[in-house]
Amino acid sequence: MITAAHLPGREPLLTRRGWAAWFACLALLCALAPLLNLWVGAGSVFHLSDFAVALVGKIMCYALCALAMDLIWGYTGILSLGHGLFFALGGYAMGMYLMRQIGLDGNYKSALPDFMVFLDWKSLPWHWLLSDSLVATLILVPLVPALVALVFGFFAFRSRIKGVYFSIITQALTFAAMLLFFRNETGFGGNNGFTDFKRLAGIPMATPSMRMALFVLTALVLLLSFLLARWIVCSKFGRVLQAIRDAESRVMFSGYSPLGYKLAIWTLSALLCGVAGALYVTQVGIINPSEMSPANSIEIAVWTAVGGRATLIGPIVGAFLVNGAKSWLTVAYPEFWLYFLGALFIVVTLYLPQGVVGLLCRAKGEAA
Amino acid sequence: MTPELLEQGAQRMQQRLTALEAARRQTASGGRSSGFSRPKAGDSLDLAHGRILYLEEVSVSFDGFKAINNLSLDIAPGELRCIIGPNGAGKTTMMDIITGKTRPDSGTVFFGSTIDLLRHTEPQIARLGIGRKFQKPTVFEQLSVFENLELALRMHKGVLSSLRFRRSAGQSERLLEVLETIGLQTSLQRQAGLLSHGQKQWLEIGMLLCQDPQLLLLDEPVAGMTDQETERTAELFLGLKGKHTLMVVEHDMAFIKAISETVTVLCEGSVLAQGPLSQVQADPRVIEVYLGR
Repeated sequence: MITAAHLPGREPLLTRRGWAAWFACLALLCALAPLLNLWVGAGSVFHLSDFAVALVGKIMCYALCALAMDLIWGYTGILSLGHGLFFALGGYAMGMYLMRQIGLDGNYKSALPDFMVFLDWKSLPWHWLLSDSLVATLILVPLVPALVALVFGFFAFRSRIKGVYFSIITQALTFAAMLLFFRNETGFGGNNGFTDFKRLAGIPMATPSMRMALFVLTALVLLLSFLLARWIVCSKFGRVLQAIRDAESRVMFSGYSPLGYKLAIWTLSALLCGVAGALYVTQVGIINPSEMSPANSIEIAVWTAVGGRATLIGPIVGAFLVNGAKSWLTVAYPEFWLYFLGALFIVVTLYLPQGVVGLLCRAKGEAA
Repeated sequence: MTPELLEQGAQRMQQRLTALEAARRQTASGGRSSGFSRPKAGDSLDLAHGRILYLEEVSVSFDGFKAINNLSLDIAPGELRCIIGPNGAGKTTMMDIITGKTRPDSGTVFFGSTIDLLRHTEPQIARLGIGRKFQKPTVFEQLSVFENLELALRMHKGVLSSLRFRRSAGQSERLLEVLETIGLQTSLQRQAGLLSHGQKQWLEIGMLLCQDPQLLLLDEPVAGMTDQETERTAELFLGLKGKHTLMVVEHDMAFIKAISETVTVLCEGSVLAQGPLSQVQADPRVIEVYLGR
């Protein structure tokens, strides 16, 4: 005979070991990394090179994208092939602010960004009006991708567009946006995009300490986003998402309207991608329409699949593995990278449906 | 107001009255129309006419094929109604219409005397108190048995309340009750996808019970069950009868014999015969549709 005490309670946010690992990552990225990069001399074996800081900082942005992708694909079963758009929108919102921060230091010594001078524009177009304000930028970075996702998602989900059709439409969406941003008339710098940034909030960006500050900020955002995602998937909301993935009709006949649930997680996912894009631009120093190319969005899905869908740690691991391999292979064997990526995706789809993390879990389970 | 409009209005009125008259003749309760102009009593379902579900002259066709053809049917509260009929008789389509999945081309569907089901979406209809079991057992395969049942519980089902959800003592009680009824106490934490076919059927029935619906629509609930499981299902349904209204579509005649009082035979989208099983089985028209082709 079982009683109420036997019923499972709410899962803890993280287990004790989980918290230990989380704080270890926090200490590693936010204390040890700055120490080894800024205070240990370049001659020492313990010195962390600027190249490594830049690489890990960039990959952490990608990992945030993969985490966002996991919420919508891994947990809700909706494969988006347009997340590059949200990443780029966040990046462009940040990029506009950084362009304005250049001030009079551009090549043409004009108050307008260089590309506007080049196009012979006399004043800022309307959509640049808020770009002088850091506060407005910090609001726009999450807001713009979220709004675009909300509007698009509302019509797509209300029309009950599902599966591969949804994926194709998102792919088309990001492609269309790329073509739009490529045009000079759109006012986003055409195919060159934005680059040559000088300052952020008046502070020069090209200093080691500023780079490290952005690195630490990215690490914090990633770690906190992980906790947020964990909180979401542990709640009943998260279980409804998985239920939608497994049997949407049963969800409806259980009295849940899937529209609100899908829209909420879709919008949140886009928002996280936008934040990742903004952090990326500050560290990499360039944003252009190629970020919206269909291949980029597909890559986000590949990281997620390689790491392991529907495990939150998986996509982060996947982003590090694939991008680590990419930065090595594109130097060592530049012509093989795309073949490798394609082969990786096929192997993972065929033999590792749970990804690397799933494989490790299974190995652990068999050993135990 | 032109004479033509007056004329058209009069014609529509006449058509409606004829339809109501027809419904009165076709259904046992005399149709829903006798409930007109009575005050609505609270939020509870209006059962004053002794009927919980009315289908009146419902028709639907798919690409010219008439799946449901002028179907009129009503069901009393607490009744256990069995629906039988040859393949393609429109049994599943009828359930689709009641649960909002398919919109009929014409006709009306009412839950109680006052709730027009055609104005509601699937989730709304589920929340109103109509539960449905699919022909193929449909559970959330990646979730545990317990999580499956918990999701189905009767509660507020919006996004925000799901984020904040904490199970109350009353809800735990209800879950325990259902777990015992469906005999899955020992598989509490088991992944639903790993259950046997029969157990999945039971889990889905359990999910319906968690919703606490007034009307349960069960599409082939014992398909793929062992004889023993079928027997237990029959007992369960007989136990539910009275508290809930059940509409069961089945092909298993032994099962129907065990549970039925009134049997409705559907054929080509409308009611062919209705009555106790023995009487229906003796009906020459029924024999013809089952054996004649």
